[in-house]
Amino acid sequence: MRDVAIIGIGQTPVEEHWGKSLRHLGHDAIMAAMRDAGIETADALYVGNMLSGELGGQQHVGALLADFVGLRGIEAMKIEAACASGAAALRVGLMAVASGMHDVVLVCGVEKMTDAVGDEVTSGLASAADQEYEVSQGISFVGLNALLMRRYMYQFDIKKEYFAGFAVNAHRNGANNPYAMFRSPITEATYLKAGMIADPVNLMDSSPVCDGAACVVLAPAELYRSKVKARILASAVAIDSLAIHDRRDPLALDAVTVSSQKAYAQARMTPADIHLFEAHDAFSIMAALSLEGAGFAPRGAGVYMASEGEIGIHGRLPISTMGGLKSRGHPVGATGIYQVIEVVEQLTGAAGANQVSGATVGMAQNIGGSGATVITHILGAA
Amino acid sequence: MLKPDRDVGIVGYGAYVPRYRLPASEVARVWTDGSGGLPIKEKAVAGLDEDTLSMSVEAARNALERARIDPSEIRAVWVGSESHPYAVKPTSTIVAEAIGAAPSVQAADLEFACKAGSEAIVMGMGIVGSGMGRYVLAIGMDTAQARPGDALEYTAASGGAAFLIGPAAESAAVYEASLSHVTDTPDFWRRAYAHYPSHGHRFTGEPAYFEHVTTAGRRLMAELGTVPADYNYVVLHQPNTKFPQRAAQILGFTTEQLKTGLLVPVIGNTYAGSSLIGLTAILDIAKPGDRIFMVSFGSGAGSDAFSIRVTDRITEIQNRAPQTQDYIARRKVIDYATYVRYRHKLQMK
Amino acid sequence: MSIPRNWRTRQQRYSLKAEVCNACGNTIFPPRDVCPHCAEQKQSWTNLSGRGEIYSFTTMYSAPAGFEEYAPYTMALVKLAEGPMITAQLTDVDTEDVKIGMPVEMVTRKLSQDGDEGQILYGYKFRPMLRQVA
Ligand SMILES: [Zn+2]
Repeated sequence: MRDVAIIGIGQTPVEEHWGKSLRHLGHDAIMAAMRDAGIETADALYVGNMLSGELGGQQHVGALLADFVGLRGIEAMKIEAACASGAAALRVGLMAVASGMHDVVLVCGVEKMTDAVGDEVTSGLASAADQEYEVSQGISFVGLNALLMRRYMYQFDIKKEYFAGFAVNAHRNGANNPYAMFRSPITEATYLKAGMIADPVNLMDSSPVCDGAACVVLAPAELYRSKVKARILASAVAIDSLAIHDRRDPLALDAVTVSSQKAYAQARMTPADIHLFEAHDAFSIMAALSLEGAGFAPRGAGVYMASEGEIGIHGRLPISTMGGLKSRGHPVGATGIYQVIEVVEQLTGAAGANQVSGATVGMAQNIGGSGATVITHILGAA
Repeated sequence: MLKPDRDVGIVGYGAYVPRYRLPASEVARVWTDGSGGLPIKEKAVAGLDEDTLSMSVEAARNALERARIDPSEIRAVWVGSESHPYAVKPTSTIVAEAIGAAPSVQAADLEFACKAGSEAIVMGMGIVGSGMGRYVLAIGMDTAQARPGDALEYTAASGGAAFLIGPAAESAAVYEASLSHVTDTPDFWRRAYAHYPSHGHRFTGEPAYFEHVTTAGRRLMAELGTVPADYNYVVLHQPNTKFPQRAAQILGFTTEQLKTGLLVPVIGNTYAGSSLIGLTAILDIAKPGDRIFMVSFGSGAGSDAFSIRVTDRITEIQNRAPQTQDYIARRKVIDYATYVRYRHKLQMK
Repeated sequence: MSIPRNWRTRQQRYSLKAEVCNACGNTIFPPRDVCPHCAEQKQSWTNLSGRGEIYSFTTMYSAPAGFEEYAPYTMALVKLAEGPMITAQLTDVDTEDVKIGMPVEMVTRKLSQDGDEGQILYGYKFRPMLRQVA
């Protein structure tokens, strides 16, 4: 297998892009990444996307985007793994380049959520869960996370305010990210008085509905030595049951543990070697459970990392360094690529006010559903 | 008089009353400024996720809990109601599937205003009494709707009961005989596609309810050679508190005989379930050897009268499932606005 | 609302029809082709008691499409007496009275309906025990 490097990145701001279609968002990110890499064409385009069919009636977005950016004739397809679609597409691109089947591959995560309204989006997101035995009962995606959060608080005797640090950290970092959706800091008081969506999950526990696209260019490290921005040291996927009720232990995200362990083994590292962690903080409870599953905190103690000294830019393990899903936004199928781009920015010293000093190893973890697909990438500096 | 060749009885029975109660004073508050007398204290109201099917399933499960028979031996499931969830698509097939009676089973929905449940019982007596089938499940259940502001809105309630009819030897109560009195008397009706029923006001009294209930009752006792004093309990269709009290008096029954099965003051008129659920409340406390006299009434119009004798088995089964008074005790009072929402009277689109 | 899909799962929705694994003895709900505990493929049908206790719960203030008319309503993870966990709505209970560990029993209720003319979907929900039956 060949070592694979990221040689270009491109992203659109995450926001409600009323004036742009999915194809325009994809175009903006892909063209920005190609310009960044200094390339004119590519062998393949893999698109990470979850909801184009559900919300826009548009599938087949691999060909749609490749044609729209002027790349007729290349290989293109969409990869879907719910909210982990972005990282799943990255992994497919990685396999193509590592295996030698392709040299230059574009991986674009794109999501256009705001073309649908209210309960359509709620229902679309719920399609990541078990349709026959979760969704048909009336549960939403927020509801599933609320079930986990309530049990976590009960089982480990956790107060609601303990979670505030995750949202406060995300917003503090997002304020300095020009691509972030929410760019104003919040306080613990803001968190505590936020409106309830599904008790105990409030608006500040949960990531927003938004649009965005992000793209990376992959290539073999040895062929593009001068262009290498970061190297992919590990890529690992693990799955669990779609339904929370089918899990061995709902509060142990087994797929997070397995995916992280596989990635550490590939990179020959331990959690202590990770300088920053782009966690899948779609909900506060997911941030806590991810930190535990990935080995950064003992069981039941992930929430105690929600403080600036622990997860802040200068903390023990900075997470969500550019705002995370909570503040940068969570355009679901694009999120996995945004996370990786943010790790690249940290490893190349391009993170501006949010720069984690001396960062040479970063981890991004993208979670599909309530923990059914977990994809971990570890990146190293060039 | 109807009397099958082989004696039949009640192998199991079960009631259902939803959790919510609308006080009659709430209806009066909204529509009459609180003036005037109230026909009952409060009525049972089905929740947002309840209908005749869901309530029938629970009553049927209670009947099966008591009977402890193999549900695949049930040869007919008949649900009498004026509020079937579908106009076309049987409630009874869903009940049969839910309790494990499908697929070797007759299934049909019956309609005879408030008499559809007792009609199902008589049909069951026929099937079991003839030997065609061992068990029949007969249900009377309703989520009765009344036009807002109408006199019936005080009483139109939700609830009912299920009876598992089977061989007398397995029964907790045996049917001695039944007798029906049916005429074309248009006292109350609902046209197809109409949401609320219409009624003939005072015409629903003498020529309809009282004529049919008392005639069926008198004739059955005459044919059996019994008198009211032979019975420990009497239960009549109860559209309000006064009608059954007066009909019982006309037939010669005492207040004492009537009171156990007179549930209308606290649950309202459950239409096809009305006399049936009154009978379950009696069976819950009856003793071996007790005799019960029951007369249903359905508008349009007709009455089925039954003479029932309780057997030794009653004490075994009374406690195997929730009793009718358990459901009555489980209550949450709602206001008129919540009632309007629960009974789907809000225009949503 | 998919009529064939709902039809296929009716016995699970109406009466919690489940499986027991012939190899490891675990109860499996919903039914699967491969046992999630031991990966064997041999199962027999079994009936569940419908009793369980609340593992977790949440009140849904913002309901997915098809459930708007019921909001707010309470969803729960219920740990069934026979072992499996199930996601279901609670009914006939006030939110403030719901507690983790509370015993509940299965009832059959209306889950959703396809407008005024489409089908009505019935299925399991759970409520506080009506009473302890002898
Ligand atoms: Zn097994």
